[in-house]
Amino acid sequence: MALPGSRVSLLPGVAALALAAAYLIALLGAEKQTYIIVLLAAGIAAVLAAYWLKWLAPISRSFSDHEDALGAMSVIAAFAVAAYFHDDHFVLLLVVTVLLYTVATLGLNIQFGYAGVLNFAGASFFGIGAYTSAVLNSHTALPHLLVLLIGGVLAAMVGSLLLLPVLRTRGHYAALVTIAFALLLKTFLEVNDVLGGPQGLQVKGMNLFGWSFNDNISIGNFDLSFYFSYFVLSMILLAASFILVRRLERSWVGLNLDALRLDETASRCFGLDVERWKITAFTLGNFLIGLAGALFGMVSGFVAPNNYTFADSLILVSILLLGGIGNPWGLIVATIIVVVVPEKLQTIQEYRFLLYSLLVIAVLLFRPEGLLPRPVRRYFPGWRP
Amino acid sequence: MTKPLLEASGLVRRFGGVVALDHVELAAMPDEIVGLIGPNGSGKTTFFNVVTGIYGADEGRIIFDGNDITRSSSRAVYHAGISRTFQRSRLSLPLSIFDNIMIGNHKRLTQGIWFNLMRRASFKDEFEANYRAACGLVEVFEPKLVKRMFEPVAGLPMIDRRRIEICRALISQPKLLLLDEPSAGMTHEETKALMDDILLIRGRNPGLTIIIVEHEMGVIERITDRCVVLNFGRKIAEGPYRQVAGDRQVQEAYLGVA
Repeated sequence: MALPGSRVSLLPGVAALALAAAYLIALLGAEKQTYIIVLLAAGIAAVLAAYWLKWLAPISRSFSDHEDALGAMSVIAAFAVAAYFHDDHFVLLLVVTVLLYTVATLGLNIQFGYAGVLNFAGASFFGIGAYTSAVLNSHTALPHLLVLLIGGVLAAMVGSLLLLPVLRTRGHYAALVTIAFALLLKTFLEVNDVLGGPQGLQVKGMNLFGWSFNDNISIGNFDLSFYFSYFVLSMILLAASFILVRRLERSWVGLNLDALRLDETASRCFGLDVERWKITAFTLGNFLIGLAGALFGMVSGFVAPNNYTFADSLILVSILLLGGIGNPWGLIVATIIVVVVPEKLQTIQEYRFLLYSLLVIAVLLFRPEGLLPRPVRRYFPGWRP
Repeated sequence: MTKPLLEASGLVRRFGGVVALDHVELAAMPDEIVGLIGPNGSGKTTFFNVVTGIYGADEGRIIFDGNDITRSSSRAVYHAGISRTFQRSRLSLPLSIFDNIMIGNHKRLTQGIWFNLMRRASFKDEFEANYRAACGLVEVFEPKLVKRMFEPVAGLPMIDRRRIEICRALISQPKLLLLDEPSAGMTHEETKALMDDILLIRGRNPGLTIIIVEHEMGVIERITDRCVVLNFGRKIAEGPYRQVAGDRQVQEAYLGVA
């Protein structure tokens, strides 16, 4: 069903999506550790084999030319996975976590991938969103969708206040400031009794127009986990952020960000307001991170300082490095790997940081641009002169 | 008599104890090609950097098109109508040819976030118009590159990178173009081809003033109307190439004769 005038087939993309969905269902449904290990090994072997057989190139061409269609199909694939596990709380929570972490790394991607501003406080801004939900849901009657928005805005505002003083510096001063902020925020939350101290706070669940997300849904004798509602909302959030980031990259704004990342002096000589675009990217990125955090707070029902530490920020950054800096599709793949594998492979739980670091080092050594490197900008997918 | 487009007077720039520009006077008339020559370290590139606001001037004034731009930022200088190339190519290598040229077109692209993200149909029109403009410009320099507009610059040979850099400087239709050693790292034939292109461009853009820094004297002789010679930050000679080349001081500066 190739579109008229296009020379690239949709088929490889669809096949890859279907395989990925089937594989995810198998992996998420697996219980026995040996079976999971075999499945993971088979997955790695299959990807390597496809790489050697040069089957990956047609897939990526298919995605770059039919991104809208394949994007819609990815949503359907995600729904298929969620529908398969419709009554499994644990798996659905895992899927929702993947979706919301992806939204957060999309935000990091605007900051680091495009504008080159490294943010080592990703988890802190995520936490600001989550704490916003905790406080506002308990103490105010604000509509919960508005609370999500406020979480994003608050994270964005704190972020821009943080960056303003170091905006004129070059190099990694901004990164240092974010590290300091990550450490500070955790300590602040721990000693602050109003915000629950080290024990944290409970977060009331999402309530949309009188419909509570924390109730299980039954239609006839068909039971849906209450996480399914969160899945739908997270999916909407991810789809919207994905489109936003895509459009941003494929616009003059995205070009500005690339230009200032690659050569600040040359950008200034061509009229670019470097400070303005840096702060725009940082603010927009933190907005997405805060938004994801606010929803994640409601999903998990609980916030504590220990969930939003510097180490968690590093995990977010490692997702970015792993997936392919600047490529949103790569981020989805990397988030699935980083979030799902340690949850399923209980045997490696305590070694997971060691494993992350080994994985990141291996990627940086052998594939420095990440698993799915960012292709050259095409302003409109499939557009030809 | 017409007024100069660019007029630098008494321009001084020091780096610690080194006087990189020592009371330099330089004027460029509209439609003129001025050669800025001198031995290495004589202050040619520093002059460009001061004019384009990368460095501030310690003394003196720069008037461009009737406005004082001495204290202007690089951004403001670009918006006033001065574009430049760099001695060491400063293209963004991972970006495509089209992207690199569009970086130079910043002032003519709609920069609002809302327009860029939400009004995609209007954006597409603007994109297509700019794509045609960029192709038209690239075609003058090297028609083969038009087919490669969406390939990364990193894969291009030096001469094509120079061409793209000049296209990036020209796309916004500046009044003054500053070329900093466009022939560096190229063969004689490549240099000649590039100069032909520059003359062609100038023929198509009446009123475009060019100041060119160059070490190839053949190039200077062929394309400039007038030359300014710097040595140790000071202007030591000025005039048509033949006259300057015969100047004793200039010969001493270049050959090091006492």
